[in-house]
Amino acid sequence: MPQFLIDLRSYEFLQNALMACVLSSFASGIIGSYVVVRRISYLAGSISHTILGGIGAVLFFNAVYPQAQIDPLFGAGATAVIAAIIIGLVSLHAKQREDTVISAMWSVGMATGIVFIAKTPGYASDLMGYLFGNILMVTQRDLWVIGVLDVLVATIALIFYNQFLAICFDEEFASLRGLNVDAYYLSLLCMTALTVVALVTVVGIVMCIALLTLPAAIASLFSNSLWKIMLISTLLSVIFTTSGLVLSYSPDIPPGATTILISGMTYLLAVVFRRLLSRGPML
Amino acid sequence: MSNEQSSAVEIQGLNFSYNGFMILQDVDLTINLRDFVSVVGPNGGGKTTLLKIILGLLKPTSGTVQLFGANPSKSKKRVGYMPQHAKFDFQFPATVMDVALMGRLGNSTRFGPYTKHDREICMHKLEQVKLAHSFRKSFASLSGGQRQRVFIARALACEPDLLLLDEPTSNLDQGIESEVYELFQELNRTITIVLVSHDLGFVSRYVKRVVCVKRRVVTHPTTEITGELINAIYGAPMKMVRHDRHDCEGTGSCHNF
Repeated sequence: MPQFLIDLRSYEFLQNALMACVLSSFASGIIGSYVVVRRISYLAGSISHTILGGIGAVLFFNAVYPQAQIDPLFGAGATAVIAAIIIGLVSLHAKQREDTVISAMWSVGMATGIVFIAKTPGYASDLMGYLFGNILMVTQRDLWVIGVLDVLVATIALIFYNQFLAICFDEEFASLRGLNVDAYYLSLLCMTALTVVALVTVVGIVMCIALLTLPAAIASLFSNSLWKIMLISTLLSVIFTTSGLVLSYSPDIPPGATTILISGMTYLLAVVFRRLLSRGPML
Repeated sequence: MSNEQSSAVEIQGLNFSYNGFMILQDVDLTINLRDFVSVVGPNGGGKTTLLKIILGLLKPTSGTVQLFGANPSKSKKRVGYMPQHAKFDFQFPATVMDVALMGRLGNSTRFGPYTKHDREICMHKLEQVKLAHSFRKSFASLSGGQRQRVFIARALACEPDLLLLDEPTSNLDQGIESEVYELFQELNRTITIVLVSHDLGFVSRYVKRVVCVKRRVVTHPTTEITGELINAIYGAPMKMVRHDRHDCEGTGSCHNF
């Protein structure tokens, strides 16, 4: 801990990492709450894994055309949004085979990424970074991207809060009130996709679902309104990511994994605590 | 809006089948403005299907449906709907007020927070279903009957011209049920009400007409008959459906209800 604070002053990469933790928490807290109450974390998981396909494609492209040098985050963002729309349309229209198609997208997206990265000349260590997070490698440009995603996601999610709340609660009624339920649902998935991209920089593709959903799941144990859950889970997300970064620094363990372990343990403790509090079976 | 018409709902020659099963057949039904109609019939007879067709949630296989003289998709916002089976997530983080406010969508501003006016209307509707005191409570913590009353309040918050209620009082205590029906009767002075009910004996005290749905649809006026027999069966004075020979012609099925 003290070593972290000393180094924080002198190393820009630590400052960037800390900023990434705080910035990504806003989008994550807001969208994660929607994902948890709408019960679509499985869809979010599928979206996050297909991202590898986009990242792999960009890395390959950059290696073949070295003058291009596209930020892999853009590849990730584009893939995530396309995957979100496909998965959304599947879950709206292909009720019978929804889970099969979504799991298939999950694997096919990853397979695409692995093939591209294997065929990318040079060093393939980036793969591990994208899968498990490389927060210490976050650049200034990444921070800008995360910041813009934050503003975009937070603005839409908060302006249409009432509409999203009504749709998550009762789609049929919302559609009778004249809301285009499908459009809202798809845009919720697209915002989830963009949030996942921000989180991938912090904890990586494989672990970002836990960071997206656990803070909101903890908050929902103690709160009965969605905006409070958003507030609490944003706060929790900041705490989890920064403590993961700080605690992993001196013993030199991966910060992404540390963050997820902290989140998971806190969730377990929260469930037990909630149970003791109500002295009865959980809802 | 459409020009003033005399009927709230106008159904002609409607058929609806699902997976090859005929659910509703040859339905002609007119519900007039300020009518108060109870829809009765056996389970699986098509009552909920009929309501969903009126709302435009289901498309008829053939025939026409007009809601306030227009396609249901155009005029559905004039309806306050209360669904029967709540397939809701009862861990959902929403307060009683949050749920009631959902009725204001479509009436209120398109985005941003609800107005003070919206909140006042919802508070008034919650008062009408005797839940104003628990407006801050978690919806998940309510009893089945209380949830039903919140959904009635949500439907009222739409400030509808037609109230469409699918078994609105199936979980309510008798005392509250009477109060709710008296509220409906009061509202019926200005708006049309259609409700599905199992308890024909109870609702026929309040409604003007009864619509029997069992694949086919037959309409009856309610006529009061009192008698010891009826009292013995229902334990209360009540109205019975008089099956006009004329209305029933060709179906003959409504006596089996």
